[in-house]
Amino acid sequence: MDFSSINPILLLASLMVAATPIILAAAGELIVERAGVLNLGVEGMMITGAITGFIATVTTGSPWIGFVAAAAGGAGLSLLFAFLTQFLLSNQVATGLALTLFGLGLSALLGQGYNGIKAPEFPRIDIPVISDIPVLGPILFSHDPMVYVGIGLIAGTWYFLKYSRAGLILRAVGENHEAAHALGYHVIRIRIMAIAFGGACAGLGGAYISLVRVPQWTDGMTAGAGWIALAIVVFASWRPWRLLIGAYLFGGVTVLQLNLQAAGIAIPVEYLAMSPYIATILVLVLMSAGRAPGSLGKIFHASR
Amino acid sequence: MATDTLLELRGLTKAYPGVVANSDVSFTIGKGEVHALLGENGAGKSTLVKTIYGLVKPDTGKMTLNGVAYEPSEPRAARASGVAMVFQHFSLFDALDVAENIALGMENPPQMADLAARIREVSEQYGLPLDPNMVVGDLSAGERQRVEIIRCLLQDPKLLIMDEPTSVLTPQEVEILFKTLNILREEGTSILYISHKLEEIRTLCEHATILRHGKVVGNCDPRQTSARDMAEMMVGASLHVPEKAPHEAGEVVLSIRGLSAPAPHQFGTALKNITVDVREGEVLGIGGVAGNGQDELVAALSGEMKTAAGMVVIDGREIGRLGPNERRAAGLCAAPEERNGHAAAPDMSLTENALMTGAVRKNLVKNGLLDWPAAKAFAEEVIKAFDVRTPGPANAARSLSGGNLQKFVIGREIMQKPRVLVINQPTWGVDAAAAASIRQAILDLAVSGTAVVCISQDLDELREISDRFAALNEGKLTPPRPAKGLTIDEIGLMLGGAHDMEIAHVDA
Amino acid sequence: MLTLEKRPQPSKAWVYAAPILAVVITMIVGGGVFALLGKPPLEAIRTIFYDPIFGDFASYSRPQLLIKAGPLILIAIGLSFGFRAGIWNIGAEGQYIMGALAAAGTGLAFYPMEARWLIFPLMILAGFAGGMVWAAIPAFLRIRFKTNEILVSLMLVYVAEAIQASMALNLMRNPDGHGFPGSRNLSQYPSSANLELVANSGVHWGVMAALTAVIFAYFILARHRFGFDVRLAGQSPRAAGFAGVDAGRLIFVCLLISGALAGAAGMFEVSGPAGRVSIDFNVGYGFTAIIVAFLGRLHPVGILIAGLLMALTYIGGELAQLSLGLPGAAIQLFQGMLLFFLLAVDVMTSYRIRFGKTE
Repeated sequence: MDFSSINPILLLASLMVAATPIILAAAGELIVERAGVLNLGVEGMMITGAITGFIATVTTGSPWIGFVAAAAGGAGLSLLFAFLTQFLLSNQVATGLALTLFGLGLSALLGQGYNGIKAPEFPRIDIPVISDIPVLGPILFSHDPMVYVGIGLIAGTWYFLKYSRAGLILRAVGENHEAAHALGYHVIRIRIMAIAFGGACAGLGGAYISLVRVPQWTDGMTAGAGWIALAIVVFASWRPWRLLIGAYLFGGVTVLQLNLQAAGIAIPVEYLAMSPYIATILVLVLMSAGRAPGSLGKIFHASR
Repeated sequence: MATDTLLELRGLTKAYPGVVANSDVSFTIGKGEVHALLGENGAGKSTLVKTIYGLVKPDTGKMTLNGVAYEPSEPRAARASGVAMVFQHFSLFDALDVAENIALGMENPPQMADLAARIREVSEQYGLPLDPNMVVGDLSAGERQRVEIIRCLLQDPKLLIMDEPTSVLTPQEVEILFKTLNILREEGTSILYISHKLEEIRTLCEHATILRHGKVVGNCDPRQTSARDMAEMMVGASLHVPEKAPHEAGEVVLSIRGLSAPAPHQFGTALKNITVDVREGEVLGIGGVAGNGQDELVAALSGEMKTAAGMVVIDGREIGRLGPNERRAAGLCAAPEERNGHAAAPDMSLTENALMTGAVRKNLVKNGLLDWPAAKAFAEEVIKAFDVRTPGPANAARSLSGGNLQKFVIGREIMQKPRVLVINQPTWGVDAAAAASIRQAILDLAVSGTAVVCISQDLDELREISDRFAALNEGKLTPPRPAKGLTIDEIGLMLGGAHDMEIAHVDA
Repeated sequence: MLTLEKRPQPSKAWVYAAPILAVVITMIVGGGVFALLGKPPLEAIRTIFYDPIFGDFASYSRPQLLIKAGPLILIAIGLSFGFRAGIWNIGAEGQYIMGALAAAGTGLAFYPMEARWLIFPLMILAGFAGGMVWAAIPAFLRIRFKTNEILVSLMLVYVAEAIQASMALNLMRNPDGHGFPGSRNLSQYPSSANLELVANSGVHWGVMAALTAVIFAYFILARHRFGFDVRLAGQSPRAAGFAGVDAGRLIFVCLLISGALAGAAGMFEVSGPAGRVSIDFNVGYGFTAIIVAFLGRLHPVGILIAGLLMALTYIGGELAQLSLGLPGAAIQLFQGMLLFFLLAVDVMTSYRIRFGKTE
């Protein structure tokens, strides 16, 4: 065992990378849930994004096109969920589960023949000047662009919900869909847009795993990241900045256990590997006090 | 005269499968007129109002506003034409603040800071002060209504539609509201006022249109028509007034002793030191504006919310810690306010709904096994005794009309011959004939020796059936007073007067 | 324009028609997917749905059908109680693993003692207990801290998989296994083997347990107060509280039932068809059982049929993999589609479609 092999600067820098897929997916799900929809299919949308992004990147050679394809893949799958829950009024919990099972099957099918291929590298950007700052530079300012996209997404989500008219309407729909309908807002239209946005974000998160974090394709490679994203939305009490804290907490545990494994600590690898999931459960236990949007998970049907 | 007409409805018809909600409805509303729309539940008032507000499209018929054809495709269009609406329910967002709630009802709201200033200004101007930063879920019912009214007033409406606005107000608050409406009338705003409270309409409105079964059945000047005549036009028959056979109150059955309980959820009300006794054969009426602890009190009595053992006592036995079924065994039955999903399970059959609360006292479960034939027989008994209109006990509860389901729910409890019956809003949203029969059944039960606690927001109802009256105000209960001879003003003061609203929350 | 209108009563006819229609649509769309993959669609459908029962190798595949259906039915019956009550245990896979590990641990502890009358029943109890303990965690957290049971039960699947790997690699590793991961073979240890009860029928103790569970569940739902409480709580939670149903107790009991049955399924699997604890002896029955539960409309008899049907897609899928080279993932997709289409056509039970103008 050699703890000196753990470099705190590298640890913090890789924490930001480990948290990014969760941040992307959770930010999307936060918007979906603030609109009053509970989409448990995040895992399915992530894995679909992971494979569509991977295929597009391998085919075109451009990770950027890959991310666009991933967003499209995730959003496309989410529209299935939207159609079922918003038009056919199906149970959101069951439909979300179905979406995950379907997404896992679909991605495995699409991913045949892509196993073991390496994705083209997605280059890091060293932000000029500030990335040279000792300690802070390598931790904060020397990452691939998606890390900043993730943080930007959180900021954007926060601004959208707090200051924009559209965000206010979205919150109103999630809080009380009957009232929003009575005031003349299109509950279903707004929710479908939110669901598609959530799907696109989940797709980006999935592609980040297959294109940057691993970077190659294996079946079921998201390994519960979508569920952790869902947990972090609850942890964050549906508030964007707390989402970031939750994701970094999770990223920290993940990176730390990987480092401890590498350092050869006496705890068996399998027990270290389960730590992120246990941490997620603990976090959920500590933080289940938040107030969920009033109409979350309820079926809306405009009757007379 | 024509130039003085604001809105004209001509031949509006709207049919739903199985029901004609509106049939050839025509009338006009003049400028600066307060026009009453009267009718029972299910008479088609709300469909008509939704048509005017753009939520429902009529099958046939035309509307003109200020002489121009008016066909709002959605509420936004209605608001743009100067039509605004104060809803009875369903249009506020508890978790959002006052300013956000108001912004949601406006087409082009100003910046939040400017809007907050406008809210303060307009609300003061009309005598309805309001703090724009308060979270709506924390407001009283009267204040919530102010939010709706201010939301409308900020858009300078030509026509203001008000759907049952006084059902959540104390008599003093009603007075404040009427002052505001009179200011609006003087400014030339027309008001379409929907209510079934006839005395109010007689003091406020200068014209009334009466609907029954979707059709216009009469017009009158309420100031010159008696309440009784209007009621008969509404119902289409003369009304039976419930009667209570004379009898003496007996032993104390139910004692509530220092009942206190924290609020069960964020926007709930805490119960504070409630103490009262109810005797055999007595009806204790508990009045109060919605949201003052009614639901919580019913839950604490029915056993859905547990308290310290000695806070609820039946026949000398402490039951505060017992669950609903143990309390039923002890003789306490209850009927909560909300029929759909609380007092009854809408998707389940009437037999299953009968089993739901009747299991203990009617012995419908033996050793954990359900006795379906006995449950069905009990359901049929209730249906027959309370004249519930349904093809049979196998039908789902949600297939019944509101009045029929309420008769079933109340009947189910009464048929169990409880020692104590606790009911919340026994006739809410029920047509007049059903309401009268429910009230009569409650009185008959009391005469047979049951102690009845009846919680209601309908003060006329409470005056009609109570022996003693107490008011629930912010979770506290006033000492009960004999109901006979209480004036509406005295009741209003017991309810908390104007809820200190004139100064409430403004400088907070 | 089409509009949906709520029926005054749920349609009885559609309750039965919806799953059948869902299967038919899945076959049609699934056939389309197979065609896109360059496989003959009709032949693929026939290989999946017909050949396992009536084809040339049916004598081999028919027993397989029951072997696969047994655990699916057993787990789905357990899940159906919770799902009806609005309690979403989606971590049956983890409870299945923990039941299997507890049972295997019990069996291995006695090795090589010969006392089937003692060891096999003890293993069954251990299976129940292992699954129950694992399900009790989300139940306790939900009741005590209001923690979402969906997420906790699912997180525990990953934890269970890690424990399983550790067991296969360390504590339960076969000392005579030349260092390869995995435990001793429990199906070859007479005291612990989950034997086939009728030769070449596929009927082992787990299949019997599944049938017993079906009958038992049917009785509870139709005639017992607990079944009534479960249905009431699922349809109207507030009405259930008013009727005197203790929500916390209901959550606990429902999760324990589903955990116990999933654990038992794991026990029968690890001592029979799978034979031993390995890194990946679990094959996702816990997740597929969710589909089975819904496809069977959460009704015991429906679950029985749905379990057989889902087992058919597994066996038929394997056949199609062998004979047509159909990728295994296509079957997984097929199963997911089935649940999707079921949820889609399900709207017809509570709503009717009207043609014509909207409001």
